[in-house]
Amino acid sequence: MTVLEIHGLSKHFHGLKALSNVDLTVEEGEIVGIIGANGAGKTTLFNCVTGAFPPDSGSVSLDGKDITGMSMHRLAGAGLARTFQLMRPFSTMTVVENAMVPAMHQHHLSAADARDRAMDAIAMVGIETWANDVSGSLPAGVLKRLELARVLALEPRVLLLDEVLAGLVPAERTPVLDLLERLRHERGVTMVFIEHIMAAVRRLSDRVVMMDQGEVIASGDVDAVLSDPHVVEIYLGKEYDRA
Amino acid sequence: MTTTKPAPPSAPPSAVVHRATRSFSALAPQRTRHTLLTTAAVLAAAIIWAGVSAGSGTVLIQALVTGILTGGIYSLIAMGLTLIYGVLHIINFANGAMVGLAMYLTLTFVDGTGGMHPYIALIVVVPAMLALGAVLQAILLNPVMRAPLQVQLLITIGIALAVENILLLVYGPNPRSVALPGNRAVKIFGAAVELSRIYALVGAMILVAVLWLVLQKTRTGTAVRAVSANPEGARLVGINIKRIYVLTFAIGTAAAGAAGVLIAPFSTIEPTAGSIFNLTAFVVVVLGGMGNVPGALVGGFVVGLTEQLGALIMPGQSSLLAVFIVFLVVLFARPTGVFGRAS
Amino acid sequence: MNNRTFAPRTVLQERTDPVVDAVAPKGAGRTTVGNRVPWDYIVLVAIIVFGATLPFVATVSTMAIAMRVLVFAIMGIGWNIMSGFGGMFSFGHAAYFGIGAYSTALLLVRFEISPWIGMLAGMAIAALAGMGLSYLALRYKLQGAYYAMATFAFAEVLRLFAFGNGPLHRQTGFTIPVRVEESFWMFQFKANSPWYYWIGLIMVAAAMLVSIVFVRSKTGRYTMAVRDDDVAAAALGLNALRYRLTAVAVSAAVTAMAGTLYVQYYMFIDPSLAFGPSVSNDAIITAVVGGTGTIWGPLVGAVVMGPLSDLTTAFLRNPPQWLAPLAGHDGVDIILYAIVLIAVVILLPKGIYGTIRGKVTKR
Repeated sequence: MTVLEIHGLSKHFHGLKALSNVDLTVEEGEIVGIIGANGAGKTTLFNCVTGAFPPDSGSVSLDGKDITGMSMHRLAGAGLARTFQLMRPFSTMTVVENAMVPAMHQHHLSAADARDRAMDAIAMVGIETWANDVSGSLPAGVLKRLELARVLALEPRVLLLDEVLAGLVPAERTPVLDLLERLRHERGVTMVFIEHIMAAVRRLSDRVVMMDQGEVIASGDVDAVLSDPHVVEIYLGKEYDRA
Repeated sequence: MTTTKPAPPSAPPSAVVHRATRSFSALAPQRTRHTLLTTAAVLAAAIIWAGVSAGSGTVLIQALVTGILTGGIYSLIAMGLTLIYGVLHIINFANGAMVGLAMYLTLTFVDGTGGMHPYIALIVVVPAMLALGAVLQAILLNPVMRAPLQVQLLITIGIALAVENILLLVYGPNPRSVALPGNRAVKIFGAAVELSRIYALVGAMILVAVLWLVLQKTRTGTAVRAVSANPEGARLVGINIKRIYVLTFAIGTAAAGAAGVLIAPFSTIEPTAGSIFNLTAFVVVVLGGMGNVPGALVGGFVVGLTEQLGALIMPGQSSLLAVFIVFLVVLFARPTGVFGRAS
Repeated sequence: MNNRTFAPRTVLQERTDPVVDAVAPKGAGRTTVGNRVPWDYIVLVAIIVFGATLPFVATVSTMAIAMRVLVFAIMGIGWNIMSGFGGMFSFGHAAYFGIGAYSTALLLVRFEISPWIGMLAGMAIAALAGMGLSYLALRYKLQGAYYAMATFAFAEVLRLFAFGNGPLHRQTGFTIPVRVEESFWMFQFKANSPWYYWIGLIMVAAAMLVSIVFVRSKTGRYTMAVRDDDVAAAALGLNALRYRLTAVAVSAAVTAMAGTLYVQYYMFIDPSLAFGPSVSNDAIITAVVGGTGTIWGPLVGAVVMGPLSDLTTAFLRNPPQWLAPLAGHDGVDIILYAIVLIAVVILLPKGIYGTIRGKVTKR
């Protein structure tokens, strides 16, 4: 069953073409990786889908219902959540309080129940050591995982992940990848993720979409896309060894 | 990376971040032409409305001339305010108090020199204010430049309170005045105007020109503009940001000082004589685009005319009411200011 | 990069009172809601009970100072709700104070309506006005300094409107008519009656209660999340606009209460006393000196800043030798006020209470 359907999405910034005619269909329980160089329009795609700003044209639908340009908070309520490339903690709150916010809000839990759920989410990403520390002063690796813990506490059905692994040291990456796989298996979460680290893309993706200059230039099976000569030429030749 | 396309914003472009880019340079041509036309149309409509309300051409002309001249004074006072906001992002609440201080310094200079021409006081007052501004920034404001907005705001409020009350303490509460030799009323298009006000208008234009030249043509000015546009980048290329902050606050304070000298001859000199312009000056700054020095000149005229025409259109109301209504409308419609350059 | 250099200066980023971990020390792990001691409420009750005894021991002049402290406290607590917890810097809280004062005075003087009704009306109007203004401001993405300027201009518009409006008595303002008998319903007692103080104290208690309940509520937490990062909050399902407007409404209503207390106690209001910029300054300074974004900060700020000018004046009536030249001059009290303000802001950037609490919790 199709969960997320993006059709003909376009967006311009001051005459600059950021997205042009992007199509993407995501099936329930699928994990789709989006790759592409910086500036290829990957994050803009997320922004247009999640209502950060409306697209110029095209449509987005969730479970067959049109959600084009719907505001971010309503989409989150509808089960479509995202993380950000840059860390955006509620910096005056502790780590657990950060994760309590979506738990209380989305699931109408009492503070005590929300705290339990938040603690679970924090433990899942492995930052329970810092649970009662004020988040503003924590290192990037912790905040990056806090970002993930918060959306876990939200319990979305569709999750858009914007470079969740960036800022993590290699030893911290594997548990996060394990976690994402478990999310799909245990909760059936559908995911679209932007990633530069090719090992992660390979491991996680059912399907890969390659973007360049605001367009989807290749899409399909991981190995097929990664070996596409065009893709190799404009991207992987320089980036592959980073993984 | 293979692509040269700049990355689109990763989050909705925050309005504040957008407005962090201010303009010291020429008003953006395309946009400005459009805005100028709109402004001219609104102005023409307001003039006609005011003329009909007044029912007398003489009254209308007097209002227009007075509006332009008071507008010149407002621009003069707003100049330092907008410069400081543009570079330091500080809403300098002490600007008016500095104008008041300069008036008293002019008074002291004239009295102390046995009645010398008040404009000569510029030679003393401007450097003195420059030094004062530098000291205030270096000691009080530089340590808190990274703190939240309210911190700097409260410090300038504190400075304003202190300066005004020191003036009260030293000079007492009685209003004073400074005479301008050779001052008289002249007729412009049948409207009576004091020469001193015309001088102040000319002074405002000269001050804009001077600030403009300093910012555009000197190495220091370039550094100031660099810090304004991008403090981190400026730091990376070896500019001493704190020094630029000190310099900017000093120049802004000196501009307030020059304004104080120029308006002293036709002002009632009291400790709060400068602060009464605070509100108007803020309006001028926002209308002109916060941080936009030439914009402040235009903003001043807009406010001056709004005030005069508004008094004709809404008789019986405070003349400032129209100004603030225009201000709120502009703030919501074009927060970058009528002449601010949208990035 | 612009974002990084600009963001810290536009948002009030003080550590808010630890809501959940009010008594749980760092690293203590989970605590359950049931056995957490509600210290905030206990302290509040203690302060009110203790404060209520003041009229029995204080002189008439001390009581006059205490009244000002109460007015400052309500304004500071009100300001703190939207600017400290909500992160929207208001530079025009005089608007809400003035609306409270004018609603009360207008209804009482022209229609003989009880000040209590006037207070409720003022609170409602202030809340609506604040929401209207803030809705527009947020709709047009005014933030930081721009939002501050909008609130400032709003208060000025109200001042100028009152100044030029016949039914509001223009610059003359309103004088509350003196009644023959004391009346609780008409909020009037004989001069120097402790009732003014007790009622004011109850108002402060109510304001504090609102503040504490707000911070502990889910709405309060969401508001603080939005303050810290509105985009992240929206991505987690929070309607940022809704929580911001709620904070503004609560803040405005609380502040309007101070207007009623002021006008009933001083029995006089005019456009500058109600809507003047110095009123807004008083609200801000009280909260900032005490500590923005903390529950108790504004109360501490009021106790410190309220008596300052009177103490200075009293001190200079019989000054020590070296200060003798200053005796009898105007302005010294405000100069000192300004110096204290600057010193606190620079040396204790989190305010008096905020700094002390920071030191205590660090241990």
